[in-house]
Amino acid sequence: MTTNNEKLLRVERLVLHFRTTVGAVQAVDGLDFSLDSNRAVVILGESGCGKTSLAKAILRLLPRNVGEYSGKVYLNGTDVMAFSEEEFRQNVRWVGMSLVPQAAMNSLNPVIRVGDQVAEPAMIHLGVKKDEAINLAKQMFQHVGVPVDFLVRYPFELSGGMRQRVAIAMALVTSPSLIVLDEPTSALDLLTQANIFNVLKRIKKELGTSFILITHDIATSSELADEVAIMYAGQIVETGNAKEFFPAPLHPYAHMLMASVPRLRADQDPEFITGQPPSLINLPTSCRFAPRCPKRFEKCDQDPPIIEKNGRKVKCWLYA
Amino acid sequence: MADTKLATRIETGVDERKVLLSIQDLRVWFELRRFGFGVAGYVRAVDGVSFDLHHGEAIAVVGESGCGKSSLMKTILGLYRPREGKVTFDDQTISDMGRKGLNWYRAQVGYIQQDPYGALPPFMSLQRILDEPLVIGGVHNKDERIARIHKVMGEVKMHPVEDFLQKFPHMLSGGQQQRAVIARAMIREPKLIVADEPVSMLDASVRVEILKLLRGLQETHNLSFIYITHDLSTVKYFSERIMVMYAGRLVEKGPISKILKNPLHPYTSALMAATSDPDAKNADSYKEVPPGEPPSLVKPPAGCRFHPRCSRIIQGLCDQQDPPEFEPEPNHQVQCWLYQ
Repeated sequence: MTTNNEKLLRVERLVLHFRTTVGAVQAVDGLDFSLDSNRAVVILGESGCGKTSLAKAILRLLPRNVGEYSGKVYLNGTDVMAFSEEEFRQNVRWVGMSLVPQAAMNSLNPVIRVGDQVAEPAMIHLGVKKDEAINLAKQMFQHVGVPVDFLVRYPFELSGGMRQRVAIAMALVTSPSLIVLDEPTSALDLLTQANIFNVLKRIKKELGTSFILITHDIATSSELADEVAIMYAGQIVETGNAKEFFPAPLHPYAHMLMASVPRLRADQDPEFITGQPPSLINLPTSCRFAPRCPKRFEKCDQDPPIIEKNGRKVKCWLYA
Repeated sequence: MADTKLATRIETGVDERKVLLSIQDLRVWFELRRFGFGVAGYVRAVDGVSFDLHHGEAIAVVGESGCGKSSLMKTILGLYRPREGKVTFDDQTISDMGRKGLNWYRAQVGYIQQDPYGALPPFMSLQRILDEPLVIGGVHNKDERIARIHKVMGEVKMHPVEDFLQKFPHMLSGGQQQRAVIARAMIREPKLIVADEPVSMLDASVRVEILKLLRGLQETHNLSFIYITHDLSTVKYFSERIMVMYAGRLVEKGPISKILKNPLHPYTSALMAATSDPDAKNADSYKEVPPGEPPSLVKPPAGCRFHPRCSRIIQGLCDQQDPPEFEPEPNHQVQCWLYQ
């Protein structure tokens, strides 16, 4: 199905609005990005910028109050947005891409052995027999570094880090080409966090899986990032290669966000961004960052286009 | 951080200031009940902790969850009773205090919670939240109370004050909620502030703002400060000394510049190695992480509590004998046999 120059994932003008009594919440508002296979993109943004809604929009895991939901999502060149709900469930979720939800370690079923929980998606989506699925689960446990004899344990017998690994094993068991990770380590301790990132790096290397990592933790996101996308108020304001982005972000918001990160190894006083992100209900017609932007000028009263500069994309008038 | 006195204190570790809070060989254990009667064992959350905190000094307690840092904090706040050891504040022992004494003590100590939304009562306006500690503290004059509320709201930079006073916690952003919590901690003009991960629930851009606010308050009021965190990268912007806690013990204590430049205990080194700075090169290599997990505090391992995970273990010593505190350089203590 994959042609040589086809991206693994291509998202075009993706929109997800929610209906509320006070108006439409424009959580995801016209996003474009793409991802090659065996790469990891990090979606960085502050809380309330629409990161998690983006994950839900890509995987079509929608709540009831969806207002507008449109755009195109190509997985291996197939437009999966055109699929019916049943086609999507059978061919995309788990098989094509799977999700490690936020606080995944607390989303395990407390009364089912973790081995059986990991095996279940394989039985349902790959149609394999139980023994075979358990065997697959065993292999996945080895990949994520959980001792195989933990298969028969219950979630409460495992530590937080181990449960998180089990959740990742579950996402892996159907061997999807893409895994969406929503804040995979935010509730974990420092050393556990480092361990989980080691596991993710190893999976990427050994199994060739791609990742979308959604997080607000800029420092640890650099552990996995090949590409970076910065999200602000429902839009992506900058995308680029991690090696180019981290030393020199282009968009003023990205720049200030990077400057706000306290660093252990550098003597650099962190700066903060004054003001607050706009409400996603009443968005300004200007550039959405303009009210907080120190580099604002006349042009910023209009919504900036996405400008390409040396292979990087930035939504800012400064580079027009 | 420019003042030279502070700089010399950080360099030499000599502190001419008076001791405000002194903790001696503190043990906080929790009973594990057997069915019916009797005690099945103890959770040794804090197991032999000693340190002094001076007037106007800011220290950081760094450790992972379950290392006992919250129990230590709650004992300092007078919420838990120590099993052994003493906490003295201004030469008075907290565990000996009666009701009156504790009321006085609680005015001396402010507490900043980790989760601001959980810490603020949802049914009270900001004015009532800030008014209550004053009422309990015996400030009967209403005008004085209002004046003090205005003053403290100004100090935490919630302008214009009038707009905020009638608001309820859910109407505030995360950063503003945390400011309200700080205002509440400050309202009785304490000498000591205990901050339990004050910024871990906040977004990156707000985090720095709150840290700078706390640092400013600490300096202008000459407050003593205990900053509890798991994040080593924020520590240096905030405190003069670090204490690293592992499994109920303070395994390394010292001035911040020394510890961040030259961590002695293998656990401190591991924590530092696991802390990322935003750098695309991180993605190219694996991190070195000690294997295993922190030990159970019910039956901590014999000898050094870190030895099952330590790469520099001395067989026959670390796994049998508890390391005492060594001082390989002045004012820098470490509980590790490597430095005997």
